[in-house]
Amino acid sequence: MAERKLVVIPAYNERDSVVAVVESVRSAMPENWDIVVIDDGSDDGTGAKAARAGAHIVRTPFNLGIGGAVQTGFIYARDRGYHQMVQIDGDGQHEPSAVESLQKAMSESGADMICGSRFLSHDYTYPAPISRRTGIHIFAFLLSTFLRQRITDPTSGFRLYNRRAIELFASDYPHDYPEVEVVMMLHQHRLKMKEVPVKMNLREEGVSSISTSKSAYYMVKVLLALFVGLLRTRDRQPAEGA
Amino acid sequence: MGHRIQLVAVFGALLLLVLVIELVRRRRLNERYALLWMLSAFVILGLSIWQGLLEQLAKLIGIAYPPNALFLAAIFFILLLLLNMSVALSRLQGETRILAQRLAILESDHEQTSENEEDW
Repeated sequence: MAERKLVVIPAYNERDSVVAVVESVRSAMPENWDIVVIDDGSDDGTGAKAARAGAHIVRTPFNLGIGGAVQTGFIYARDRGYHQMVQIDGDGQHEPSAVESLQKAMSESGADMICGSRFLSHDYTYPAPISRRTGIHIFAFLLSTFLRQRITDPTSGFRLYNRRAIELFASDYPHDYPEVEVVMMLHQHRLKMKEVPVKMNLREEGVSSISTSKSAYYMVKVLLALFVGLLRTRDRQPAEGA
Repeated sequence: MGHRIQLVAVFGALLLLVLVIELVRRRRLNERYALLWMLSAFVILGLSIWQGLLEQLAKLIGIAYPPNALFLAAIFFILLLLLNMSVALSRLQGETRILAQRLAILESDHEQTSENEEDW
């Protein structure tokens, strides 16, 4: 039987970009990928637009935040027996055509999560404000130190997961600003991750889930989660894949 | 400790105790949360009735004026109750999230099934 694969697109009030994202995913990726859009309690008709574009929609009854939305995707993937799941943000930041290189890295390295990194290629250009890049590099430095593995872009949401990672995150996923903590969680459960270089676009439409006023909270919350994470014990055995 | 403040403290603690028991009786307050409230009320009540105990406690932690030890104990329990509340809130938030996720997936299944039936 062919491996079942799922694209999860979390979207909160992305009316202006979600259709383009769904269409680009559809045209860039092979037929055997199913597409589900998690409409995270949008009030601008994001879900209806994505449905008309031909995606399957899961609509949360109220806004859960990015963590809760993505976890909904993991539960969906787990319950329907998908073997691989890729997360592509609903704002058009990620290039669906790059999923192929994520998949290649997964089959070559056997890692449980492959992460698209903005900072791995030599010619990277990511014209984000310096404050945001500094934050990312601080998290990258801390994680690299804790995990003794080079991590360059722990805030990237462009990720491919295998069945083991799907099962882990369906049962437990950080609530808000989850990306950085997820790297730590993988390490604690003795799952492996690997980064591959990808290009990312700056947001075309809509507002990032991280506004300036929230960045301070973001930094402090993630730092707390990382240091508390250090106090948790690691699994002795790698998590069992069912 | 002056008689008046002792009376106020005893009366206040008794009132709290009665209120908590009444709320539990009417099923407006869960036993799970009532226990910590009752413990707080009993300790405050005990300390306000037995002056000797309060004075000893004050001496032990270096408080010159014993009624202040009563306030300290009350503040300690208030903090404990607030923390207890935050824990309960976190648990509820987690449970609500799980409900929302399950509902979202079930609803999308349901829509799909009814669409298929229409096609048929």
